[in-house]
Amino acid sequence: MTFDEKYFDIGRLDRLSYRDTCVHNLDPRAKVIATMLFLITVISFPKYEVVALAPFFLFPVLLMTIGEIPVRFILKKVIVVSPFAIFIGIFNPLLDTGTVAVISGVPVSGGWLSFLSIILKFTLTISAALLLIATTSFPGVCHALRRLGFPPLFVSQLFFLYRYLFVLMEEAMRMIRARDMRSFGTPGAGIKVFVRLIGILFLRTVDRAERIYYAMLSRGFQGDIPSLKRSRMAAADLAFMAATISFLGVFRFFRITEGIGRVVQGLFA
Amino acid sequence: MSHHIVDFKNVSFRYPDGTEALRGINFRITHGESVGVVGANGAGKSTLLQHMNGCLMPTSGTVTIGDLTLTGKTRREIRKKVGIVFQNPDDQLFMPTVFDDVAFGPLNLGMDEESVRERVRKALSMVHSLDLRDKPPHHLSSGQKSAVAIASVMAMEPDILAMDEPAANLDPKSRRSLITLLKSFRHSKIIASHDLDLILDVCQRCIVIRDGTVVADGPSAEILTNRTLLEENNLELPLSFQRR
Repeated sequence: MTFDEKYFDIGRLDRLSYRDTCVHNLDPRAKVIATMLFLITVISFPKYEVVALAPFFLFPVLLMTIGEIPVRFILKKVIVVSPFAIFIGIFNPLLDTGTVAVISGVPVSGGWLSFLSIILKFTLTISAALLLIATTSFPGVCHALRRLGFPPLFVSQLFFLYRYLFVLMEEAMRMIRARDMRSFGTPGAGIKVFVRLIGILFLRTVDRAERIYYAMLSRGFQGDIPSLKRSRMAAADLAFMAATISFLGVFRFFRITEGIGRVVQGLFA
Repeated sequence: MSHHIVDFKNVSFRYPDGTEALRGINFRITHGESVGVVGANGAGKSTLLQHMNGCLMPTSGTVTIGDLTLTGKTRREIRKKVGIVFQNPDDQLFMPTVFDDVAFGPLNLGMDEESVRERVRKALSMVHSLDLRDKPPHHLSSGQKSAVAIASVMAMEPDILAMDEPAANLDPKSRRSLITLLKSFRHSKIIASHDLDLILDVCQRCIVIRDGTVVADGPSAEILTNRTLLEENNLELPLSFQRR
């Protein structure tokens, strides 16, 4: 089992992007733009907002269903990175104790609300980003960014991140294995050796970068990674973007959930 | 077509740390010749190859490819003529998919889409790897990586092909098909390797280098049967000549 399969399973993410559904077939640029707008809309909500965020789950859920992406896979990835969001929000309930609402007799402090809001925003944004990659593939996203006019330097960095992350990780694993084999159960002479290993890994990376650069120059590299035009914006792509934008606009600027709540309350009153 | 001549005149190279890797190398490879470069570890084989397209520039002496002398200005032109397959395929395959990687060179040459696709198809079928075209390189085995690395250089249709240990990662069958492929490549080629049987099969001429100098240069059949010369250079007779 390689490092990749064990820890990140990007291979699985790659394979998901080979599928052939109408979400996969959309132009990558349309998906990149839609996802970016989605992210911006979600994080633009004020910090105590919880209720108005709920309808936004429709976007990832629809993409997931139509794109035939397994829910468990996405959920698992979201949970893997969730500690970041939890640590950002965990102190809110302690710091912000002013009561803002009373729900069936239990007072709810502003801290808990903002914590919940952070978690919701986090889940929405991460799952949308994962779905973008699962339905478009990482290189597809890179090509789309380039064609949307992102600077070539930035896009080539992304390409190399994707290509060499595992080469680097596996190199590190090999070094650690070699150390463990000769440290006979002791923790490998501790931090001192570990620090040196990191230094050597860095030097090796610099060497490798130089070799890669030579290989690129040998094949005529002139500062920009060229790409073939694979796709063209079609009516379906424009329709998808229009639908996303109107969905985002309606749920951002009109308080739909509150409205529905009022109507329901009115029915039962 | 201009003549695909490679001419090294008194080429010396010193690494920034002071190691003298090449000391006055002289040889001339004429059109269509295939030449093996052999020598002990650290003799300067890889350094020599990196001078062929200006990845390294000689500290003194001149390298001439065709009618161009290697300088900072002619490097780009020379890189179109000389294709180098480096030792480690992971360094050579830097694009996210096999297709993108093989297309990288032709696209940089400014070719149009249709011809790029055609070139990629041709190069990949040459190494029997057309099925791999949509795979990311980190899903390939080392043999497959080597094959694709060769295809990525072949797609540039170089006049001169230089390879550093091309068979190092290959299983015997892939190695055999590499040998067949190399034999079918009609242009000049220069191969650095410890695989003396491969050199014997593919190259008519062989250059032995030691400590950055040429110590022998002649027909492979003569050099690779000279036991004393080979053993002086940490080499041994090709397996096909060894009798037990």
